[in-house]
Amino acid sequence: MKVTFAHMGNLYITVKALLEGLGAEVVVPPMPSKRTLSIGSRHSPEFACLPLKVNIGNYIEAMEIGADTIAMAGGVGPCRFGLYGEVQREILKGLGYEFEMIIIEPPQGRLRHVLQQVGRLVGRNPVGRYVSAARLAWAKMMAVDELERSVQRVRPVEGRRGAATAALASALRLVDEAASMARVKRALGEGQEMLLDARAPGADSSDPPRIGIVGEVYVVLEPFVNCDVERRLGEMGVLVERSIYIGDWVREHLFKDVLRLRKGRKPYDLAKPYLRHFVGGHGVETVGSTVEYARQRFDGVIQLAPFTCMPEIVAQDVLPAVSRDLGIPVMTLVFDEHSSDAGVLTRLEAFVDLVERSRRRQSMTGPPRARG
Amino acid sequence: MGEVVGIPRALLYYHYYPMWKAFFEALGQDVVTSGKTTRAILDAGAKVTVDEACLPVKVFHGHVLALVGKCDYIFVPRLVSVERRAFICPKFMGLPDMIRCNCRDIPTIVDSCINLSRTTREYVGAVYSTGRMFTGSVLKILAAHNRARAALARYTRRLESGMTPDEAMAVMGLASPCDEPVRTAVAAALSSSSFSSSFSSSSSWSSLSSSSLSSPPASGAAGALRGGPGRGAGRVVVGLVGHPYVIYDPFVSMNVVRRLREMGVSVVTSDMLPAAITEREAARFPKRVFWTIGRRLLGAGFHFLRSGTVHGCLHMRAFACGPESLIGEVLEREAARSRDVPFATITVDEHTGEAGVLTRLEAFVDVMTRRRKP
Ligand code: SF4
Ligand code: SF4
Repeated sequence: MKVTFAHMGNLYITVKALLEGLGAEVVVPPMPSKRTLSIGSRHSPEFACLPLKVNIGNYIEAMEIGADTIAMAGGVGPCRFGLYGEVQREILKGLGYEFEMIIIEPPQGRLRHVLQQVGRLVGRNPVGRYVSAARLAWAKMMAVDELERSVQRVRPVEGRRGAATAALASALRLVDEAASMARVKRALGEGQEMLLDARAPGADSSDPPRIGIVGEVYVVLEPFVNCDVERRLGEMGVLVERSIYIGDWVREHLFKDVLRLRKGRKPYDLAKPYLRHFVGGHGVETVGSTVEYARQRFDGVIQLAPFTCMPEIVAQDVLPAVSRDLGIPVMTLVFDEHSSDAGVLTRLEAFVDLVERSRRRQSMTGPPRARG
Repeated sequence: MGEVVGIPRALLYYHYYPMWKAFFEALGQDVVTSGKTTRAILDAGAKVTVDEACLPVKVFHGHVLALVGKCDYIFVPRLVSVERRAFICPKFMGLPDMIRCNCRDIPTIVDSCINLSRTTREYVGAVYSTGRMFTGSVLKILAAHNRARAALARYTRRLESGMTPDEAMAVMGLASPCDEPVRTAVAAALSSSSFSSSFSSSSSWSSLSSSSLSSPPASGAAGALRGGPGRGAGRVVVGLVGHPYVIYDPFVSMNVVRRLREMGVSVVTSDMLPAAITEREAARFPKRVFWTIGRRLLGAGFHFLRSGTVHGCLHMRAFACGPESLIGEVLEREAARSRDVPFATITVDEHTGEAGVLTRLEAFVDVMTRRRKP
């Protein structure tokens, strides 16, 4: 049995560590490419959201190199994600592929339950092995998140164009290869060093504009589908922060009942004046994080959403009010299989321009405190 | 007292208007609705929403704006869930928020949060707090709620007897503006026995009126299992699958029901099937579909495609609708497998022209007529 799964940013590092730790043979799909996207969208329903389409491409490319089992997360609604697995299975069966699809449904609250379902993928294992595999995978996930946070701070001040991104790639490789908790720790340390080294001399004194990235988790985390917005912004000299990391998604998705976990969390309180109810996906986080960025005096917020994404459309619909009330520029980028790098780049440049102009205007009048 | 509550004639108006109206009237309010959807209403709605919003949501905004100046309150419920473990669509969960952010200077919004996904407690609370806006008496609220439930049950029976919402409401004497063709159709419906008896059943389509609120369980399966109009019963019969606010809104759907009838075709919609049938059919899908309407559409589609009761199955959906993108895919695959019943999908958006839809309908009716077996 050769297990594969869909890509979502660097999530593969975590999933691979978990499954391999449990003794499964893993086939990581080729990194998403134009081909992946075109295969995926050719075989998917036209108005399905983008993640479903790219997933299909991932699965097909993985089966081409030998995978015969697909692991996929399930869901209980209200968003489409919860039905992805079943629909994808139908699509692939319809194309004549022979494979098994194992859909891991979110347990209503129990870690043991997740492990049981994972057990279907990997056969019986002693409990200790589950624990160590899960710990290693978790450590890697945390390391990846930390590196991804660091690279955002380095990019605007990197010494050489692309140095930060290259350092990140090497650091991720180290984490991916690390076979023990201790090695993950060392890899993380080395990775952070490499990132620091990528900075230009005198970088500490710079004060780059800050832009927050919010939106639907898949397009936020997957640089291939979002035309690499984070890197592009970073290389334009912008300090990027994003509202969601892989760790957040996994925690929500696997370990807690979605609705209950979300009540009373910070983005929910912040979003209240504009959006008072959970709307599936990350709609409320998008709004709440935008408010948070405005409070932290970020210079702008960019929302990323797949075309037809329901929660993000609700969020997008209320964001102009947030922007108006709190005086923070907000732009929405909607992605589908026709999105072009050039188009996105143009919009990013225009937005960064706008942000910088309003920064200059503010610094001319001076911050309110300085005058009082 | 005697203030006016406005109910936008859009989205789940088509499922719940009789219930909502009865509720507010029992509390001593007057109820008005916006008029039928027009180009102007759609344009007004489209102007205040983001481009990406789906057509029905834009139309809803337009209806809210059309009620400004005509009422003291506008009812924009947050319909999170009308049954256990299922939702309607994420957009319904954020509807009052979208309205608040997009429509400034409008009457007070009554945004009762209906959520039956976990318990009935929240629902009871929502009914209570909505009632409290208009009366201090708990008994009055209870009585209003009972009246509302009864109105919904009566309405549901009408729908299951083969009427469209407009017809059912006209027959029930609800003061909704109703145009000439509908009135004629209603008269015909009332006089022709084949029309109204074909889908006789007393079960209810909505979990709001069946399972969740402890009314007697559906008992009409037997009636509906007799097979509906049946092929070869004279007229060509088409099964029409779609969200109620798409297929019954004459503007959005380009009058699909009336057009089909004018072409001499009997129309059975997904809402006319008893829940017992749609639930049973939807269970063929390996996972329970967690959208209430989506599951009904899937079950109805499966039924139309497999039961031999219709000559064709027509799926009408809004452009870029989330749930429909997956439901439609599953139905298309089922249709391709069975090959027995012609299947077509019509997608509508704000630029859809009536002529184009008409041509497709005519072509589809042609196919059905030709393929029809004796
Ligand atoms: S959150 Fe958006 S992209 Fe993700 S499944 Fe839901 S609709 Fe699709
Ligand atoms: S179900 Fe479809 S048409 Fe209805 S509100 Fe949701 S996305 Fe729009």
